[in-house]
Amino acid sequence: MEEMIPKKQYAPGEHPEMPPPFKTKGAGLWLQQNLFSSPTNIVLSILAIYFLYKMLPGLLEWSLLDAAFTGSDRNECRAKAGGACWAFISERLPLFTYGFYPAEERWRVDLSFLFLVISAVALLWEKCPLRKPLMVFAVFFPFIAAFLLLGGNGVKLMVVLACTAVVLLLLYRGFSSAFMMVLALVVAVLAKYAFFGGIGVPFTDIHATQLVDLNQFTQLNLKTVSTDLFGGFMLTLIIGVTGIAFSLPLGVLLALGRQSNLPIIKYSCVVFIEFIRGVPLITLLFVASTMLSFFLPPGTTFNLLVRVLIMVTLFASAYMAEVVRGGLQALPKGQTEAADALGLKYGPAMRLIVLPQALKISIPSIVNTFIGLYKDSVLVIVIGLLDPLGIGRASLSSTEWNGLTNEVYLFVALFFFVSCYGMSRYSLYLENKLHTGHKR
Amino acid sequence: MNESANTVSSTERALGESTIELRQMHKWYGEFHVLRDINLDVKSGERIVVCGPSGSGKSTMIRCINRLEEHQQGDIIVNGTELTNDLKNIEAVRREVGMVFQHFNLFPHLTVLENCTLAPIWVRKQPKAEAEAIAMKYLERVKIPEQAGKYPGQLSGGQQQRVAIARSLCMSPKVMLFDEPTSALDPEMIKEVLDVMIELAQEGMTMICVTHEMGFAKTVADRVIFMDEGQIIEENVPEEFFNNPQSERTQLFLSQILAH
Repeated sequence: MEEMIPKKQYAPGEHPEMPPPFKTKGAGLWLQQNLFSSPTNIVLSILAIYFLYKMLPGLLEWSLLDAAFTGSDRNECRAKAGGACWAFISERLPLFTYGFYPAEERWRVDLSFLFLVISAVALLWEKCPLRKPLMVFAVFFPFIAAFLLLGGNGVKLMVVLACTAVVLLLLYRGFSSAFMMVLALVVAVLAKYAFFGGIGVPFTDIHATQLVDLNQFTQLNLKTVSTDLFGGFMLTLIIGVTGIAFSLPLGVLLALGRQSNLPIIKYSCVVFIEFIRGVPLITLLFVASTMLSFFLPPGTTFNLLVRVLIMVTLFASAYMAEVVRGGLQALPKGQTEAADALGLKYGPAMRLIVLPQALKISIPSIVNTFIGLYKDSVLVIVIGLLDPLGIGRASLSSTEWNGLTNEVYLFVALFFFVSCYGMSRYSLYLENKLHTGHKR
Repeated sequence: MNESANTVSSTERALGESTIELRQMHKWYGEFHVLRDINLDVKSGERIVVCGPSGSGKSTMIRCINRLEEHQQGDIIVNGTELTNDLKNIEAVRREVGMVFQHFNLFPHLTVLENCTLAPIWVRKQPKAEAEAIAMKYLERVKIPEQAGKYPGQLSGGQQQRVAIARSLCMSPKVMLFDEPTSALDPEMIKEVLDVMIELAQEGMTMICVTHEMGFAKTVADRVIFMDEGQIIEENVPEEFFNNPQSERTQLFLSQILAH
């Protein structure tokens, strides 16, 4: 027992600060609060620990301690160790990564990936050194990546990059950015099809070759690689990144359109969203690979990969629209009223006041949709594109490695888990960063 | 608050032209007839307090003045611009009319300074540095320049409302509308907001305030308007309004709010 201290009267504000009479930190306290705080919690903790005790050693032994990391076929693996045969994965790693992309051209994929990482870091990480120039680079990235992956004429790339630079410069000069964003998108898409081929029949006429004598620039050309050869993680990344990059802006436009006062805009958005959401993605992919050719004029070549990209993006954007609509509706009406009362027009009010807040509210659901889209990319297997899962299944049927299902599926699962967990962590980081409410 | 000390009688000041005119204005919410035959003429420099029981249409009326609500019949003319469906007119009116809301409606994702500079930069096309200098001037006037870098969520209610006033002032409006600016505040914070409003009134700002602060009405109002059931029941100079209310409804209202 402590000594009794005589009670002292303090003037207001004079009372000294005292430490709380209980522990507020320490490992023991953490254990007590998180694992053993109540009888139910104690039972659950003990069960979980028992479960881990039973599971972990076996898993560790199979996957690491008793696993074979080298060897040229299944029997060699089995002779070495009783556990997992990772030699299979390491031998097939290039196939898992690049699909059937020609071996001597794979540096182009690596370089694109490096550029992707640089662009992503610049866009996503606020304190990135040299952020501004790198963000400009990120704008050029899609064209550079398309050129690197598909190959073709280097001069066309230069022209596309120059066009993009002009648009960017105009944007910087303070043209209405909503207008410029649309223009940039249109120019970018047109430029891409004009110079890399694709749907546009009219655009195939405009060849850079007619403008410049290309013979002197042949060193800029890259060997053309057909998209049929794309596969593996590279394909997943292409579908995932394209889908993510386009579905959010498209979803935002659809969500805003759905709230429009103009019936035509409103109902075309509603019909689009409800139609796309009401049809399974697999169906859409089948439609993409077969039906589109019925609807389009004969002779129109429409690359399979492009069709998949369009369908995946449209599919995700319909979900995105509903997610963003939820965010828009959660925003107090006072925010738009205040923006209106200040005389802000619709565009700036949306862009500066409404969307930043609505998107912030929807971050968890947006990332949820992104993760869904990313994982759904494996569905392209049904129309004959070889994603990592497809590569895995194909490899399993080879005679040397027959039957190593666990290794393959674990490996592919690990790849997806790492990417999706990364997205999930980033969304948490973003939520914390954007929290300006009552934090002191 | 000393109610009579700094009263400036309207008769001593020369009032200017009509700034706001409402003529036979009606408004319906669907079938419900909210505003009935509103006629109001506000001269430049005039300070008007609107009071009345809740649901009487006070807020709706001033929200019609900057077209946050649409009226269906009659005319509203602000600064010579008639409010119609024409977006250009609406924008022109909103540029010149500032509004302070009951729930402040600050932008929580922007700092106090950004809240104040946003509209001048995007609507008035002021350069950022100039907009910031003006914003700091007004933040000093509402006595919170030191909070400029904080987010609204970090301020007290009274501070937030003063920021909201500064945000409106940054657009240098010709008219200020106050929609129950102190109703959401703790008693201790009401005074700091009212002081700012009184100061503003003394500088000659044209103001229309929907408020239940009768002390404020007595101090600064040139005219008090009493509304009930969507109609203007009575309007008079504060002294007459409080000491000699004409209609029974006004007498009842005043006896209820002044009694406690």
